[in-house]
Amino acid sequence: MSIGQIIFTLVVVVAFSIAAKNYKKVYRNINLGKDEDISGDEGQRWKNLFLIAFGQKKMFKRWIPAVLHLSIYVAFLFTQIELIEIFIDGFFGVHRFFAPYLGGLYTLIIGSIEVLSFLALIATFIFLVRRNLLKIPRLVKPEMGGWPTIDANLILFGEIALVTGIFMMNGADVVLQQLDPAHYPSSGFLPISSINGPLLFGDLGLNTLQLIERTGWWLHLFTVLLFINYLPVSKHLHIFLAFPNIWYSKINSRGEMENMPDIMNEVKSMMGLIPEQEMDPNADFPEFGAKDIFDLSWKNIMDAYSCTECGRCTDVCPANITGKKLSPRKVMMDIRDRATEIGNNLDTGARKFISEEGRAANEPLTVDNYYDGKSLFDYITREEIHACTTCNACVEACPVTINPLEPILKMRRYEVLTESAGPSDWLPMFTSIENGGAVWQVPDDRDQWAKEMNEEGN
Amino acid sequence: MADYSAEGKTPEVLFWVGCAGSFDARAQKVTKAFAKILTASGVDFAILGNEESCTGDPARRAGNEFVFQMTALQNIEMLNMYKVKDIVTACPHCFNTLKNEYPALGGEYNVIHHTQYMNDLLKEGRLTIEGGEFKGKKITYHDSCYLGRVNGIYEAPRELIAALDGELVEMKRCKTNGLCCGAGGAQMFKENEPGDKRINIERTEEILKTGASIVAANCPFCITMLSDGMKAKEKQDDVMVHDLSELIVQAKGL
Ligand code: SF4
Ligand code: SF4
Repeated sequence: MSIGQIIFTLVVVVAFSIAAKNYKKVYRNINLGKDEDISGDEGQRWKNLFLIAFGQKKMFKRWIPAVLHLSIYVAFLFTQIELIEIFIDGFFGVHRFFAPYLGGLYTLIIGSIEVLSFLALIATFIFLVRRNLLKIPRLVKPEMGGWPTIDANLILFGEIALVTGIFMMNGADVVLQQLDPAHYPSSGFLPISSINGPLLFGDLGLNTLQLIERTGWWLHLFTVLLFINYLPVSKHLHIFLAFPNIWYSKINSRGEMENMPDIMNEVKSMMGLIPEQEMDPNADFPEFGAKDIFDLSWKNIMDAYSCTECGRCTDVCPANITGKKLSPRKVMMDIRDRATEIGNNLDTGARKFISEEGRAANEPLTVDNYYDGKSLFDYITREEIHACTTCNACVEACPVTINPLEPILKMRRYEVLTESAGPSDWLPMFTSIENGGAVWQVPDDRDQWAKEMNEEGN
Repeated sequence: MADYSAEGKTPEVLFWVGCAGSFDARAQKVTKAFAKILTASGVDFAILGNEESCTGDPARRAGNEFVFQMTALQNIEMLNMYKVKDIVTACPHCFNTLKNEYPALGGEYNVIHHTQYMNDLLKEGRLTIEGGEFKGKKITYHDSCYLGRVNGIYEAPRELIAALDGELVEMKRCKTNGLCCGAGGAQMFKENEPGDKRINIERTEEILKTGASIVAANCPFCITMLSDGMKAKEKQDDVMVHDLSELIVQAKGL
């Protein structure tokens, strides 16, 4: 085994172990949410997976970013083939393992990767310009300050590094194929490197060429490994999560708010429709709606971790357009950040995160006795959740089928049902419905209009 | 409905009027217009009168599940007692709640929005619309969230405008991308959160850009919001906000 192979194996194993740990954390954080059985409708789910996830159907509502994003996405998918070869070469100490076997097909694959990488590079530059120079409004809203903007730019620089690596290694390789055909099997004519390579590296000596080729190879590999480790702390996790997230998205009507069977049954028993419910006199007053991560469903949290922070939702939100604080993107980012905060606190095992009762009982820190004195309401203000018109524009706009409306409504339910709080303007509406069966307090009959029509002789 | 029941008859359809349609002075006109169309098309319809209650949509969306369940279960009791099967309503919020939310509570009905219903009557030849009144007039159409985006009904109302012979000018944000009027989610019943402007003003400005002299709507709350917007822009005499049923009544001279 050569030094190269040993270093390669070590680097890969370390990178993957750290990554695995971080992906597990995301998985755990998603499961901080409540169980929700999401199944059935497989036909529709497959369709969504193909059209919306693979086909990026929803992206094509806006052509320019859709085409740019598609170039990076397709380049990313295709480059995985080259990555397989990089791994084989690295582990077994061989060079361009597939080249002799695949022949013309190899040229076609690597050639396509080159073209796609080139397109992706152009797209990357345009994305950088859009975000940093043109300052497209949806990309520079308040919630995008600090890390989210750095995050978005980092990945674009990563993309440049990836592509640079490919062109360094392929370019030098093309020249080496002429100088040392025994070690460098021919890759055939590559659309970019066969021109670029001789042009840039044509006069260099064997050693320098080998150095450039290896540097490109390691640069590409390192960027990929960094990328894998960086995803779980970045909005770019969507490249994986978009798929399950779209699969598990709501299939039934958007118009239906989740029913609350507990309340339904209580009201039914009050109305004498079903037998009186057995009430446990010792039971705590039940909490309804969502106050914190634990009250959301796992899908709400998966939504949050799948968010690309693209702001398409916020861009169409009537509340946000008219200057209200509400931004559905911010709601999703807040849910993710709160879930991450709780997850990280749980990992410390610190006693200060154990509830008083838990501490008294000398329990170790668990999800069940977690208490840090905070809640989702410290992230998402009441002003924000009150401003939502439930118009579903955000739900419609999201390219990865996130539903920002659902958590907003769950928080409203917490406020109104558990805290008996909420906008005081709503109280008269509630009482009129409860007492008079109408949204307004009115003395008239409901069929006043019909009586008038009769009088008018209709 | 009680009368039908007493006589042992079943009407063709139950007209669910809704709170706005029953009590709001502006929306009452829509109720009357739609009732006239039903009569003119020979539809034998019933109403619940005082036995109807709010569907509970605003309470549920404001977060008050208790109030929603109380009013919804009462309604379902009533509807099931009368063995109602088909319901038509001129309010997309009532439509959505009856159609999508009542089944989980034990109320399964065939619910249809009045724009669809009128379009069906038109196709069956029971309703005739003579053009002329609106020939060449620029009409823009406002998609309500709960008829459009939530329930995917975009074409029936547009077909009605075509039948009116009007020239449909779409706003930039229409169909799936339609902008809310600002009333949904129980916003109708509370003050706005601080911001730069009201949502209905944003939408009104967009309507004004189309140069249309008529806005066709399908929801009593949208009509209130957009009419208020026109008043705020002092355009209430230039741009008329109407429900589709009212336009048809005008065209037919009913
Ligand atoms: S549903 Fe609420 S959050 Fe979503 S776009 Fe409409 S107003 Fe904004
Ligand atoms: S919720 Fe969807 S639309 Fe909104 S920022 Fe996230 S990915 Fe984009």
